[in-house]
Amino acid sequence: MTTVLEEIVGPDTLAYWRGLKPVLLWTDVLVFLLVGVLVICIWYARRREHLRAPWRQVFARPLAMAAAVVMSCFVVVGLLDSVHFREPLQPQGGQDGGQQQEVFHAVEVLSLLDLLLRPLKEQVEKTYSAPFATHLYAKETLELPDGTRVRDYPRLVYGGAHLEDPSERTADVLQRSLAGLATGLGWWLLFALLWVALLAYRHHRPFGSQLRQVLAGRTVLPWRVMLGVLALVFMAVAWAVELAPLYHIFGTDKVGQDVFYQTLKSVRTALVIGTLTTLVMLPFAVLLGLMAGYFRGWVDDVIQYLYTTLNSIPGVLLIASAVLMLQVYIDTHPEMFETAAERADMRLLFLCIILGVTSWTTLCRLLRGEALKLHGVDYVQAAVAFGVPHFRILSRHLLPNVMHIVLITVVLDFSGLVLAEAILSYVGVGVDPSMHSWGNMINGARLEMAREPMVWWSLLAAFVFMFLLVLAANLLADAVRDAFDPRTRDAAAGRES
Amino acid sequence: MAETLLSVRHLCTRFETERGGFLAVDDVSFDIQRGETFALLGESGCGKSVTSLSIMRLLPEPAGRIVGGQVLLDGVDLLGLPELAMRRVRGNRIAMIFQEPMTSLNPVLSVGDQIAEVVILHRRLRGRAARSAVLELLEAVGIPDPERRYGEFPHQLSGGMKQRVMIAMALAGEPDLLIADEPTTALDVTIQAQVLDLLAELQRWRDMAMLLITHDLGVVAGMADRVAVMYAGQIVEQAPRRSFFAEPRHPYSRKLFQSLPDMHKRDRPLTVIPGTVPALDRPFRACRFAERCELAWQDCREQAPQWHAEGDGGVRCHLYDRLLSSRRPLHAAAAQPVTSEYTQREAPPAGGRLLEVEELKVHFPIQKGLFKRTVGHVHAVDGVSLRIDKGATVALVGESGCGKTTFGKAILQLIRPTAGRVVLEGTDLTRLRGEALRRRRSDFQIIFQDPFSSMNPRMRVEEIIQEGMVTLGLERDPQRRAQRVAELLQQVGLPVEARARYPHEFSGGQRQRICIARALAVRPKLLVCDEPTSALDISVQAQILNLLKDLQRELGLSYLFITHNLSVVGYLADQVAVMYLGRIVEHGRVAEVLNRPAHPYTEALLSAVPAVDADGRREVIRLEGDLPSPAAPPAGCHFHTRCPRAMPVCRERYPPVTELAGGHRVRCFLYGEG
Repeated sequence: MTTVLEEIVGPDTLAYWRGLKPVLLWTDVLVFLLVGVLVICIWYARRREHLRAPWRQVFARPLAMAAAVVMSCFVVVGLLDSVHFREPLQPQGGQDGGQQQEVFHAVEVLSLLDLLLRPLKEQVEKTYSAPFATHLYAKETLELPDGTRVRDYPRLVYGGAHLEDPSERTADVLQRSLAGLATGLGWWLLFALLWVALLAYRHHRPFGSQLRQVLAGRTVLPWRVMLGVLALVFMAVAWAVELAPLYHIFGTDKVGQDVFYQTLKSVRTALVIGTLTTLVMLPFAVLLGLMAGYFRGWVDDVIQYLYTTLNSIPGVLLIASAVLMLQVYIDTHPEMFETAAERADMRLLFLCIILGVTSWTTLCRLLRGEALKLHGVDYVQAAVAFGVPHFRILSRHLLPNVMHIVLITVVLDFSGLVLAEAILSYVGVGVDPSMHSWGNMINGARLEMAREPMVWWSLLAAFVFMFLLVLAANLLADAVRDAFDPRTRDAAAGRES
Repeated sequence: MAETLLSVRHLCTRFETERGGFLAVDDVSFDIQRGETFALLGESGCGKSVTSLSIMRLLPEPAGRIVGGQVLLDGVDLLGLPELAMRRVRGNRIAMIFQEPMTSLNPVLSVGDQIAEVVILHRRLRGRAARSAVLELLEAVGIPDPERRYGEFPHQLSGGMKQRVMIAMALAGEPDLLIADEPTTALDVTIQAQVLDLLAELQRWRDMAMLLITHDLGVVAGMADRVAVMYAGQIVEQAPRRSFFAEPRHPYSRKLFQSLPDMHKRDRPLTVIPGTVPALDRPFRACRFAERCELAWQDCREQAPQWHAEGDGGVRCHLYDRLLSSRRPLHAAAAQPVTSEYTQREAPPAGGRLLEVEELKVHFPIQKGLFKRTVGHVHAVDGVSLRIDKGATVALVGESGCGKTTFGKAILQLIRPTAGRVVLEGTDLTRLRGEALRRRRSDFQIIFQDPFSSMNPRMRVEEIIQEGMVTLGLERDPQRRAQRVAELLQQVGLPVEARARYPHEFSGGQRQRICIARALAVRPKLLVCDEPTSALDISVQAQILNLLKDLQRELGLSYLFITHNLSVVGYLADQVAVMYLGRIVEHGRVAEVLNRPAHPYTEALLSAVPAVDADGRREVIRLEGDLPSPAAPPAGCHFHTRCPRAMPVCRERYPPVTELAGGHRVRCFLYGEG
């Protein structure tokens, strides 16, 4: 087994991977737990027609399919960024040979994404530089070879360093862009053909007729749209792969870090906030909401008082006090955290929890109303007549019949939470300042908006990525609501036909 | 006088759905004369409502589309009119009233203003003139105190009142044709009688034609001049009322009559039409009724029958085709339904007492204000005593809101009674709590009215039927349990393959069978049937009633049959109890109560049931007004406010129980003091 692997990847690579020390952050655990649950849910839903049908309806919508493709790109980036480890330090004092030496690991926690983006991570300039710039954005005193000193924009250490003459830049960028786009197109073509072949195999059709079906858009699921969006994604990725190692395509920030790298690293933060928060809030909202509606009486009164009280405290106040208290705790207990990443991660997790605790009330209220309605429905009465225990009724009869509300709320809340993170970081009570997030990027860029000449690229990069993610999430949420909400389901079905 | 007002010619309406299109109305033709009532009779899903919507051009666009034919109103084709002209036809020439008065009125406008809107639009009256026109209309539809009612909102009116307001709105435009789509289906029998009377009177008075859409043969018998029977999108028979009721021509019409339950059929199973109305979204090449028709022969399954006009009507059946019916094999003619005779059951089986209810009371507190102070009680069930013997059926009859469903649920302890005892085989259920009650729950089960809401849509049939067995620990071995599910499904007449499917894949009748199987799974002794057939079509109702009767014979079940349908009572029950405002006013053997009703309320109920025969118009005892609120029942006898024979003593105290001959008990002063 090992030898086979060694032959494939080479002994050096294998040794490198063996030397890594995996790091499991709390949010990583929860993220992979969530992925696991999702996989189980999909497997469960695939075998049940009443669950499959609405999802098929969701993906039959071209816009939703496009949104799903974009979302899954973000998810891939986020998952790659959720596998953490620490690299071993080079043993000092040379090889002793034979003597087993204790291996120390670097303090810095890396992720798979960092490995892929290593050039971006390491090519740090001195300070600001504009996208595709070859020179720094600030003047410095330079010493020319002949000894004279001038004040000018110095060349960048990495950005466009391969160019002999900076004036060749535009031609070089254009040429490499075309090459990148062409490569992307090529890969996409290969993928598209494979996909169509797979479809043809599944439907037992000849390849040609399947291809015509897809091209004419006559398939049940809009594969044409999916492939179209994927073409854009492939081209964008290939373009970035071609150009990013040579230029700072989104520029650099105040300390010279590549903005493109920061933007990609922020994806995970946004996704974690958007998903884990709902994960935290769901048990509260579902259990309390259903119990309030089902048991009524004093249980209902207590739960109602609880959420109306919680709802009337300003959310930001609650979040700010909780986050600041946590920060004090972290600062006074440095021994609990081995690395800075673990510290930042703890703060992220608590932000998720506190956001969840303040935002479960809406869903709880919706579920209470629905459970009140379902309590009187005949099939619940029939279950009571069989003497089915209360919690079995809650889990078997009520929960499956309110799941559509839960799903719709979760998907709708996702985009709101991504935006909330940006706002909270801006206020200063969001994620740890050392953690990459769009909120932090915007916060960092805000002061530079006022300077002349303006530094606009950090803000724009964060804005574009956040916009893409939130737009995709909203479009998907719309489709999900139409497919699952019984009130709009019929109307939507009529329109689709 | 016989002047054709509306003439529908070869009307075809097509509906598009996800799974493709189908013709909901296929080549429908009929004429309506001025001043006559034309009834369109059919079961649910046969296209009768779509026909009326097509005439009004109110189909839900773009799903529904008229694809052919003509609708001539005084010779003008409505289908060719521009929308603007059509708007003048609606309301002015043709008006429509719908089945559900609760949702047809705007809840935030006063009823007077809603009627005035129509008056202003169609009669171009303003201000004071419009108001007096509205008051006249309210007066005309028999709403007492129109001045006060003008400013009231829909929620302040009862169902019957709302339907009257709807009628007033329809009349406001002084239409030539009134389309009444199941106008009384949502109403109680006594209110139904009032509304039908009103419609008939208004029609005579205004010389207005009426298109009456209904599934109720009794309503047709009482109202119609001519009848058309629809089946699966087509008119299969058309005839004047008298000849239709004397001698229905089409096998489907004949079957409809035979499957009506009634007291004289109680000693034998009802004739049923096997199967259900076919789904319209498949192509028809042959006769649409062939697969449910026992007279069908080869030709019926191969070619579609033509319309055979006969005098004033016609029929769509191969039996009336001289050429084809001559080819009909003779043995088919002899194929009569195999009816197994029930043994005559004169006296109720002496199986001993199963359930004894004593002075059961269910009061719901009315709470008001911030601290939920109790300001009064709704006396839903107010001292009811009832006895059910083993293997017997007791029917509980009453109008909606009289507390009969609450009573059923209180027996099952789904609603905890306020006072009284429910003794099942010596155990008082009202005293049992928690585990002790749970263990007894297998003895009594319930079947609900609405087969669509009584099963969890997320569970498979198998899981639904097993739930009771699992909870009560009756069958612990999964294999034996699966076997039992298969047995139960066969017992209620469903294929075993049904176990793996979801409830939404079944029709109403099939769902009701699943509900029965679910209840039977725990081997109950008592079944509370809460209007189990009132949501079903006539032909399916007969199937379910037969099933219930068979099961009772096989398993010795006792039924408490809660219903408002007196013909079902006559067919199924041994004893009947009539309930009015939370109390039983009359109780006795079925033959006694139905043939010789003692209480004026029972008399009125019986007379209000439309009779299914050619001369359906007979003396109806009209009850004034509606059921009073059970939160504030009238003093003395609750019925005195509506009773045609009320005496002064009735206003003072509630009458005691009077025993008449043969265990017949009644609470009325007409008998008590004498």
